[in-house]
Amino acid sequence: MSHPHALPAPSLLLAHRRRGLALAGFFLLLLLGGAGVSDPYTANLLIIALLFAGLAQSWNLLGGFCGQISLGHALYFGLGAYLTTLARLDHIPTLAALPAAALVGGAAAVLIGLPVFRLTGHHYAIATLVIAEAVYLLFLNWDWVGAASGLFVSYQGESWLDLSFRTSKFPYLLAMLLYAGGITALAWALSAARLGYDWRAVRDDPAAAASLGVGVHQVKLLAALLSGAGTALGGGLYAAYVNYVDPDSVMASRLSIEIALPAVMGGVGTLWGPLIGAAVEVPVSEFSRSYMGGSGQGFDLMVYGGLIMAIALFRPEGLASLLAGLRRRGRTA
Amino acid sequence: MAALLEVEGVSKAFGGLAALTDVSFHLEGGEILGLIGPNGAGKSTLFGCIAGAIRPDRGRIRFAGRDITGLGAERIARAGIGRTFQVMRSFETLSVLENVLVGSFRRHRRLRPALAASRAVLERTGLLGRENVPAAALTPAEKRRLEIARALALSPRLLLLDETLTGLTPREAEEGVALLRALRAEGLTLLMVEHVMEILLPLVDRVVVLDLGRVLTIGTPEEIVRHPETLRAYFGERHARG
Repeated sequence: MSHPHALPAPSLLLAHRRRGLALAGFFLLLLLGGAGVSDPYTANLLIIALLFAGLAQSWNLLGGFCGQISLGHALYFGLGAYLTTLARLDHIPTLAALPAAALVGGAAAVLIGLPVFRLTGHHYAIATLVIAEAVYLLFLNWDWVGAASGLFVSYQGESWLDLSFRTSKFPYLLAMLLYAGGITALAWALSAARLGYDWRAVRDDPAAAASLGVGVHQVKLLAALLSGAGTALGGGLYAAYVNYVDPDSVMASRLSIEIALPAVMGGVGTLWGPLIGAAVEVPVSEFSRSYMGGSGQGFDLMVYGGLIMAIALFRPEGLASLLAGLRRRGRTA
Repeated sequence: MAALLEVEGVSKAFGGLAALTDVSFHLEGGEILGLIGPNGAGKSTLFGCIAGAIRPDRGRIRFAGRDITGLGAERIARAGIGRTFQVMRSFETLSVLENVLVGSFRRHRRLRPALAASRAVLERTGLLGRENVPAAALTPAEKRRLEIARALALSPRLLLLDETLTGLTPREAEEGVALLRALRAEGLTLLMVEHVMEILLPLVDRVVVLDLGRVLTIGTPEEIVRHPETLRAYFGERHARG
């Protein structure tokens, strides 16, 4: 795009619009394709992949655009999942609980960021890891939220209000499409807005950003707010989908890694990266789970490890840079 | 006319080491003031204090009549003071245009007017042909220029230039001098730290000489080159005697 050898680069505004159109087209294709999926195994794969696309896109706002690496996003996911489940058990409609879940997740991310964003280096990553682990242990021993055995929501009939469906997976697919598409649209809009540029300036050089009047601490908190809220929303949707939460499935540190991984593999700080990364991660994870059975524990992590090494060696900018390379070749040819 | 920038009795110590002791001087609007002194004289600390990166222990700094002491870099930038860095700091993953855009967004909330303002600044600084190049791919001279362009996007009244012309080829330095003269002609006030005397002295109206954290002397370039204390501090005993 900004290569001197390519034909005249499209203006920044035009490139932004084209990227938006391509993303919109991608989600439209998924909608059309998803409507035709009747096999529940494939539908489930698509639903989980879309969930992780939205989660990774949320993580990317903070970790990719703003450069604040979080290793504790399972905390926000778990808070969203638990809050939605507890609300459901109290007969509060899921659609009403989801905004509250997003709010709680955003607030938690801001609370952690308030003291820790003042520190530089790896302190933020370590702090998020430790805090998320502490809350995981708390939930593991807290009877009111079911402790280690978790909470279960029984089926009480089809309902859009509660996002409860048994006959077809398509409504869930629709919800996850809206979720992943919505967060992607937000990231797209912000990528060409003042906040998006403030984030990238802070990521590249905080001192230089401050010298241009960027409120460094403030924009980091805004990134945390949106990232935490998006992740908690995903947690709430997941809870509505599986109707069961326990600390191991919605708050374990392994989940924090799975949320960050698609963005890292696909391309940190890009719009396509989290989508491509989720499309790689989820099938690999499902494959290792279904084919390796119980003995497959950790097999997917080994695959990711190998993938990340390969990507770091051959495509340091992530898998999304393959797309950019193809496009450039297309233009010069 | 009131001074644009007033530095009054500013002191700063790091641990037990006094970096600045009771530094006072002022800057008139439209003036180019040079700040010189041997290594360790406190130039960078003084720069940091004015730009808000360092909080002075004592003393006041007033800008356009307003007390800005210890305000912090972000608010001082918004008050109208732009700066460049001694060690070049560009947003390496962003293009040249986007680097400037970060500054332009302070004055324009929306992308379109911010883009137009950024292009205007790139034109003024001779970087318009390089707008889509990643900042990481620029030559050192272009990076210096980009730092000036970025600061200009704030529409500052005062520009702090930290060794902008250091380490350039004679030709590049000449172009830099022409740019700074043009900026002054547009009404901008400049405070610059520079090591290369042949470049600095013809450019500035007055010079502040710092030595060991204190103001040694303030005067026109003609005055300070004759001042024996400056010669001793800056060029060593041999020159002062000779």
